[in-house]
Amino acid sequence: MNVIALSLFDLALAALLILALAGLSHQLRIGSERQLLVAAARSTVQLLLIGLVLKLLFANADPLWVGLLATVMLAVAGREVMVRQKRRFVGAWGFAVGTLSMFVSSFSVTVLALLLVIGSDPWYAPQYAIPLLGMILGNTMNGISLGLDRLTQDAADKRQIIDSRLALGHDWRRAIADSRREAIRVGMIPIVNAMSAAGIVSLPGMMTGQILAGTPPVEAVKYQILVMFLIAAGTGFGTIVAVSLAARRLFDERQRLRLDRLRQPGA
Amino acid sequence: MASLRLHQFVARHVGPLALSVAAAECVCLAGASGSGKTLLLRAIADLDPHSGEAYCDEAACSATPAPAWRRSVALVPAESQWWSQLVGDHFEHGVADDWLARLDLPAAAMTWQVARCSTGERQRLVLLRTLMQAPAVLLLDEPTGSLDQENTLRVESLLADYRLQRQAALLWVSHDVGQIERVAQRRFTLDNGQLRANGWR
Repeated sequence: MNVIALSLFDLALAALLILALAGLSHQLRIGSERQLLVAAARSTVQLLLIGLVLKLLFANADPLWVGLLATVMLAVAGREVMVRQKRRFVGAWGFAVGTLSMFVSSFSVTVLALLLVIGSDPWYAPQYAIPLLGMILGNTMNGISLGLDRLTQDAADKRQIIDSRLALGHDWRRAIADSRREAIRVGMIPIVNAMSAAGIVSLPGMMTGQILAGTPPVEAVKYQILVMFLIAAGTGFGTIVAVSLAARRLFDERQRLRLDRLRQPGA
Repeated sequence: MASLRLHQFVARHVGPLALSVAAAECVCLAGASGSGKTLLLRAIADLDPHSGEAYCDEAACSATPAPAWRRSVALVPAESQWWSQLVGDHFEHGVADDWLARLDLPAAAMTWQVARCSTGERQRLVLLRTLMQAPAVLLLDEPTGSLDQENTLRVESLLADYRLQRQAALLWVSHDVGQIERVAQRRFTLDNGQLRANGWR
């Protein structure tokens, strides 16, 4: 099982496809050639950088460096969740809601998997810890931003209904319960779809990569199943934590609906 | 037996104002749109931030858990809101059939689809929804705004009986001079954030 190493020339061939696509986009006046080229360049630079970082990290498995990289990944994911919100919380909460819940879910699921399932030695071995955390974070990020977006949108749309329920003496939990449930459901849709379609409609990227790199298919499949379950757990728990935190934050200490704690879209 | 008392009460551009509504009393509130009548009612129900204090009998708003306060000092908003498909789903404690009848609604109203009710039917049902919780103080925001003359009188008569039987305090926002004449013991106009007395009946 040896890997066919890719040469620079091979990658340049693939890059020609992107250039051709950009050329066509220009020709047809679609106007997305600039975005396409910038995104392609960004992904090349980012991936090369992380390749170098991982190379250094693998050679020198210091828990401090692993922790530092994990923290950077978390912060970037937290920022991503924040900027994707149409109505995010004003102030530090805008960043904290998503980041905190990703920390709670992604980190604990990853550590749990490293300690109990994979049993790598040491448990923080970067070859396992970093890719696993990356995959779980990336998916949890999607679930959380979808869930939060739905919750704040729903609360804004149903402001009068929520106020009416509060006026009837319902506590905040009851008044927001329908929106909260719906938001969590929406946050979990992508991972449920991914698990249902896995292997039939789509061959997950991690497994495909492993097979291309020469791993026996059944081993690759086993890892893929593990990763799917970890991602589902991370996304599910993360979305529940994030949506619940945000739902609480929508009400003040006198259980009033405080939409002024959200930034107005377009502001 | 319940009275409502406001002390140094400020909600955004309304106040500071003082107001007492005695048990079994109905006080009407008029004023141009935008003068803050709805805002004042919402703040008394503690749905909007405010300063100063509201008392229901001796109980201070800030010392009462918010849901308990809103159950005893109940706001009936001008626009009716519904969150479930069937009317009956919104009545946790059921509904008194004689109250339904007094507002010209059949007992079967509980099995109606909210979406198929007229605006007037919804407004009467929303009032009953709140009355079934037996509030001590009622904050009514144009409770007959979308009703015809006949149903307006029905609502007024039911509220008058409720006020006397339960010794409830009513703060009633209305634009209708005739209605104010019929239901109010005292009335005020909200103007420039302050209450102007319009005298006794």
